[in-house]
Amino acid sequence: MTETGLPSESVRDDRMRRRNQAERRFKLYGQIAIGFAVSFLFALLISIGLRAVSAFSHHTLVVELPASELAEPDNLDVTDLNLAIRANLLTTFPELAEDRTERADLFALVPRLAVLPLVQDLQSDFPAEDPLSVNLVMSDDVDLYLKNDIRLHRSTRVGQAGRLAQLSTGAYRLSDAGQDSFISFQDQLAATSAADQDILIDLSGALFELVDTAGASLILDHLAGPVPELGEQDARPVTAIYLGSDSANRQLSARQVAILILMRDAGIIERRFNASLFVNADSTYPELAGAAAAIVGSVFTMLVTALFAMPVGVFAAIYLEEFAHKSRLTNIIEVNINNLAAVPSIIFGLLGAAVFLNTFDLPRSIPLVGGLVLGLLVLPTIIIASRAALRSVPPSMREAALGLGASKSQAVFHHVLPRAAPGILTGAIIAMARALGETAPLLLIGMVAFVSDVPTSPNDEATVLPVLIYKWFSGSERAWEPMTAAIILILLTILIAMNLVAVLLRRRFERRW
Amino acid sequence: MLQTIGHLPIGWLLIAPLAAAGFFAFSFGRTEVGALPIGSTIGARLHSQPNYHGYFLAFCTILPAAMVFLAYLMFGETYVRDTLRNELPDYLTARGPDQIALFMERVTNYVSHRTIEDTGNILFDASVDRYAILKGQARLVAIGAAIAAALGGFFLGRRQLSRSFPARVYVERTITALLFVCAAIAILTTVGIVLSLVYETLRFFSSPDGPGVFEFLFGTNWNAQTGQNFGAVPLFFGTLMIALLAMCVAVPVGLFSAIYLSEYASPRFRSWVKPILELLAGIPTVVYGFFAATLIAPLVRGFAEWVNALPFTPENFLAAQPTSALAAGLVMGVMIIPFVSSLSDDVIKAVPQPLRDGALAVGATKSETIKQVVLPAALPGIIAAILLAVSRAIGETMIVVMAAGGRALITLDPTSDITTVTYQIVSLLTGDTAFDSARTLSAFALGFTLFGITLFFNLVALRVVKKYREAYD
Repeated sequence: MTETGLPSESVRDDRMRRRNQAERRFKLYGQIAIGFAVSFLFALLISIGLRAVSAFSHHTLVVELPASELAEPDNLDVTDLNLAIRANLLTTFPELAEDRTERADLFALVPRLAVLPLVQDLQSDFPAEDPLSVNLVMSDDVDLYLKNDIRLHRSTRVGQAGRLAQLSTGAYRLSDAGQDSFISFQDQLAATSAADQDILIDLSGALFELVDTAGASLILDHLAGPVPELGEQDARPVTAIYLGSDSANRQLSARQVAILILMRDAGIIERRFNASLFVNADSTYPELAGAAAAIVGSVFTMLVTALFAMPVGVFAAIYLEEFAHKSRLTNIIEVNINNLAAVPSIIFGLLGAAVFLNTFDLPRSIPLVGGLVLGLLVLPTIIIASRAALRSVPPSMREAALGLGASKSQAVFHHVLPRAAPGILTGAIIAMARALGETAPLLLIGMVAFVSDVPTSPNDEATVLPVLIYKWFSGSERAWEPMTAAIILILLTILIAMNLVAVLLRRRFERRW
Repeated sequence: MLQTIGHLPIGWLLIAPLAAAGFFAFSFGRTEVGALPIGSTIGARLHSQPNYHGYFLAFCTILPAAMVFLAYLMFGETYVRDTLRNELPDYLTARGPDQIALFMERVTNYVSHRTIEDTGNILFDASVDRYAILKGQARLVAIGAAIAAALGGFFLGRRQLSRSFPARVYVERTITALLFVCAAIAILTTVGIVLSLVYETLRFFSSPDGPGVFEFLFGTNWNAQTGQNFGAVPLFFGTLMIALLAMCVAVPVGLFSAIYLSEYASPRFRSWVKPILELLAGIPTVVYGFFAATLIAPLVRGFAEWVNALPFTPENFLAAQPTSALAAGLVMGVMIIPFVSSLSDDVIKAVPQPLRDGALAVGATKSETIKQVVLPAALPGIIAAILLAVSRAIGETMIVVMAAGGRALITLDPTSDITTVTYQIVSLLTGDTAFDSARTLSAFALGFTLFGITLFFNLVALRVVKKYREAYD
């Protein structure tokens, strides 16, 4: 142990152990880094997926309309149908017909424009059945309430009703059937701090709001449902429904909640697949808005981008890779293309705004301009990918063609290009996927304009999916959030499909020379 | 008649006759040359195959017509608008250029939607009619000129055809020239970017409301939307801060993933994880922005409130805003992980194996080899990757627009909502914008600065990459 400068065995073991620990630590850092990135990706997908799920279905109200009393199909308009619907709602809830605010509460459950698709259907094809049963989209607040907040409802049996008497203020006084159960209910209320939520009282099909207590009696406001005639002897069950929210943090009034409960119990509310998300164009009402116009706009924009960027990009790559002599100019073009690929996308938006809109006076918000801007944006990507594909074709291919007497362009177009085509196509698809997800440059050339019609040509005002995501995200109503998540899912599905096609193409045609 | 032509969506219909004419010329040229009498002498052999004669004639026909159409596309609309603008009555022109621009915009939109109904506004309807007529006239002229050019080209080209005519040479020259034009478009794009940015920036600095260059670059007060304060330092600060936060995430995670994937991982693991990491680069930024705003920003805010509630921190220690630099920076960092990792992966793999073997042979552990041999050798490439990532972070737009907020502040608090250059460009140029207010033009000045900074980073990075590659190839 004492011989020379060599460290003792224990010291060496110790040092070795520390070095091995450092080794394991280092490896662990790498695993943590990968774990972080991968889990972040899954967190993103899952969080968006969870938010999106509820937007794929929505609640509709089944209403029966007297077909015979409706106007002629040709003259049918939104107002007629709304009048018919409202009349029908009032026959279901006759007790709400008297008061204006009560009526307004009832009518607000179904947005006025919910009948728009119905009007079109009826105009083209008026069914023979009478009464006509129709499904109406309910307003976004109702939809969200039925999807989420209604789960907070808790009902408890309170006791037996004794006498129900109307006071001079219009409120009702409900007295106990004589078992002191209301007293224990009140004690329970005081004990559970349930006072910060609204409480509805269900009395054989009529819903009241609990406003106060007076001795053993409850003071109630009538909300909806027929008020029962109660004498002394009627011992009907009384149920309390805790709403789990109060009017300040709820979008619906207590009366609307009561109406919804009655509607639900009557089975006239259905939850259906939300087809309007795919069929409708944009709207200022979330419950009526859809992505159809943006999807078509995206298709037109991508069409312009592909028609411009793919030929130009591939030809530029062919020139640089096959024809250009090494010169100062080609060198500049090369550096320039590499640079262009890394220029922030928003700069291309500025270019589009200054050149296409300002100098050439082209109209705003049209897919033609958007497609050209995106085309310029992905051009360098396509050029770089195509050059790589061309470079991977072995020189012997060209030399053989040239040796047999083909000209330069014959060699390139007949022999090199077909071999490079799968690689070029893969790069082009990936570039198109990037263009499809691009938002910022399109904001600058006005593709955020509100467009309520599905565009029919690249010269119509339009918007595209990513821009619609941004617009819906900026909307103030809560209902926009799940809808935004839903169209993000649509966009991601398209992008993943494009990438899969690219990967499959690469696998299928990949050849090593 | 003219009006109807003006309303037609004619642009896309032009391609079909043009293609048809080209196809006709092609088959005509091919058969015509094939049908020429075969001479007995050797010199009478066809110089080029019949196909080339066809291509030659097709080029002669299409190219002049296409140029006419291109000229129409570039200048026709402008001409029509200028003519109409000059014909507007005086009382409208007296309302100033903004009103005229708005009016013209409405007229052209109305026509492009092909609505023929009257609106009831006499001036507007008359303008719409006049616009459609002018457009129809311009289109007729363009179509006439194109037909003339196509016919002229066709007959001129046809006179050239003979058995000894070197059609192939001409065709190949034309193709090469076309290819060159395509390659030059990339240069034109850069030129266009630089020119338009420089031009609008100059207009910004020379406009009466615009600031001086010094004030713009070093002023600390930014209020372009309402006021006239154009001191961009808060924007530069916000951009830098968010980019820095992003790099704090992206550099360690990207670098360690690259090291693990290239040095430790089994090929199987690598073939699964690498595409997943690259998927991060394929997700649109607007999706990241949504994620940042709806999930990360509330988390950041909750964290900030928790810190504020700690006993040893002052009450308003952190700003705890609903949108924050930290949320944007974190998500942006994840977004650029693949940029760092895949480039670093490449350069790490390019380090020659003998270097590693040498280090391992003298007893270094794997991590020591990586830290002391591989990484120093790959350092230039890694730095280039980081520079490219920084440039990407600086230019990133949607994440900051959705998750970083718009207040021009200079603060070191990452939970406060600070604004960036890109955020301001978007908010200044979104919606209806007139191109001559200082407000709009300031966006171009900001864009010019952004372009300059990212160009610098890119050039340095590309240079480093190139130099480095040359060292090992």
